[in-house]
Amino acid sequence: MCALRGPVCSFLTRLRRILRIVSERTIVSLIFLCGVSAVIFVFGIFFFVFREGAPFLRHGFDAKEFFLSPDWYPTSATNKRYGILAQLIGTGTVTLVAMLVAVPFSLGAGIFIAEFCGKKTREIMKILIELLAAIPSVVWGFIGLMVMNPLIIWLTGAPIGLNVLNAGVIVGLMSVPIIVTIAEDAIRAVPDTYIEAAEALGATRWQLVRKVILPAAKSGLLAAVLLGVGRAVGETMAVLMCTGHSINIPFDGKAPFFHVLDSVRTLTATIAAEMGEAPRLEVNADGTFPAEALHYQSLFVIGIVLFAVTFVINVTADLIVKGIRKRK
Amino acid sequence: MAANQQHAEYAIETSNLNLWYGDFQALLNVCTKIKAGIITGLIGPSGCGKTTLLRCFNRMNERFENVRVEGSVEILGSNIYDPEVSVVELRKRVGMVFQRPNPLPLSIYDNVAFGLKVHSPWRSLYKDDIDAAVEKALEEVFLLDSVKDQLHRKGTDLQLEQQQKLCIARLLPLKPELLLMDEPCSALDAAGTEAVEDLLLSLRGRYTIVIVTHNMAQARRISDECIYMLNGKLIEHGETSDIFLNPKDKRTEEYIEGRYG
Ligand SMILES: Nc1ncnc2c1ncn2[C@@H]1O[C@H](COP(=O)(O)OP(=O)(O)O)[C@@H](O)[C@H]1O
Ligand SMILES: [Mg+2]
Repeated sequence: MCALRGPVCSFLTRLRRILRIVSERTIVSLIFLCGVSAVIFVFGIFFFVFREGAPFLRHGFDAKEFFLSPDWYPTSATNKRYGILAQLIGTGTVTLVAMLVAVPFSLGAGIFIAEFCGKKTREIMKILIELLAAIPSVVWGFIGLMVMNPLIIWLTGAPIGLNVLNAGVIVGLMSVPIIVTIAEDAIRAVPDTYIEAAEALGATRWQLVRKVILPAAKSGLLAAVLLGVGRAVGETMAVLMCTGHSINIPFDGKAPFFHVLDSVRTLTATIAAEMGEAPRLEVNADGTFPAEALHYQSLFVIGIVLFAVTFVINVTADLIVKGIRKRK
Repeated sequence: MAANQQHAEYAIETSNLNLWYGDFQALLNVCTKIKAGIITGLIGPSGCGKTTLLRCFNRMNERFENVRVEGSVEILGSNIYDPEVSVVELRKRVGMVFQRPNPLPLSIYDNVAFGLKVHSPWRSLYKDDIDAAVEKALEEVFLLDSVKDQLHRKGTDLQLEQQQKLCIARLLPLKPELLLMDEPCSALDAAGTEAVEDLLLSLRGRYTIVIVTHNMAQARRISDECIYMLNGKLIEHGETSDIFLNPKDKRTEEYIEGRYG
């Protein structure tokens, strides 16, 4: 095997073995690095957002005012105020309307795809839904602006069609793909033995869905809806274009109390719209910040709030899905 | 009158029953008459078509997309493969128990009430009636005493033997005429098997029972008649004692003696 004799040969073999070990180690550590970097990025982003927002938390922050006041005047020359109540409610109402649109529609579609249609229809439906997921958010915003806006004005006579309803419908449609996909998985994960048992007892297709499949899949369906909520809360571009972007609480004492035709502003849209004009100012020599610096910092605190909300929603959904797996 | 008597005598009559899974023919020209009121065992080596034949009797084979059936199966006088037959009604009259106990992921109570609820028009049932039916069904399968105080426990949390009894109990409120059982004891231990066999014997006479079994001893213990199948064909059908003691067909004899299977 080895043409060379003696010490040279053994040296070559040893070299080859060392090279092999080294290259194997390199690959393993590369893979390890890739895995770890995902974690590092998440923490990195969190650290960055937190670091940028931290001075505001230390100096200008009053939790009661921040969360309970609707006065958002970060650039006022005389009286800067940082209350995000209106944006919180804006995000909440848009998400609510979005879910009112998306949940019945998506669960219906999920049930249809998983249980009622043939193989071919299923494939076509899934492709269409994936297509829906591929539409960029700015295009959705455009649809809201150019289609929904005149439509709402025409149908309701409202002076302006950029409002909770418009954004809710658009964001609802945007959340449909994720809800349908997860709901369909949850429905198809219902063990066939249950279905067989119910069919053998003479249950019709609809009874089967209502009495066996939906109860058995309910945690998965809940997880699907929660992920849809997470999607709706985080949506930015489309809501920026469709809500009317005005600081306003769409509730008052007059019936019907919740005014779906009011314009609002969301947390995400506030960040997106104002980040460009909020200057990032350095700390003064005495450790304080100039008053103008708080705007930029407060936007990052809004980011932390959003981060916390979506984190809680996703973790809950995750735990629910894990719970399902464990029970199997 | 004569026709009625004949119906009373035979619960199932198949003629020239053929079944294909795609291109594969799983049943070949099965012709037989199964008597009402007794237990008929379906025996034969694995893969010979016992389950397939059994699932023809409540049209469960139609769950698979590539199944084609020819011939007729008359159950209590009418051909269940007629186009106007309602599968829902058929399955109400012909109950099925599966190889692995498969209670629904509902409470014990709801498992037993499921059939009733499914087959009654909305709001036509009274709670007292359901309660009574559930209690009676559980009593009939000797389960009432052990679960009386836990009717709201999940059916899937019971022991396997109890689960299988529950699966039998949930058929009874519908007052089925026929019970089809596909190796109902194969997932159970010896004690469970004995308990379910006792139960079957206690149901004998009130229901017509067709039971697939892999277990020769079980077929001998509980069946009145036996059907021996091989490669999708019905080889022999006769009284259990005849099949076991003096089989007419050589192949039956070989199987009984344990030469294959
Ligand atoms: N859904 C199916 N699709 C295709 N072939 C099947 C299907 N079910 C059963 N078979 C085939 O039909 C034959 C009979 O099966 P089965 O009735 O389950 O036998 P047994 O219950 O006697 O063991 C077997 O060869 C099996 O492979
Ligand atoms: Mg079988």
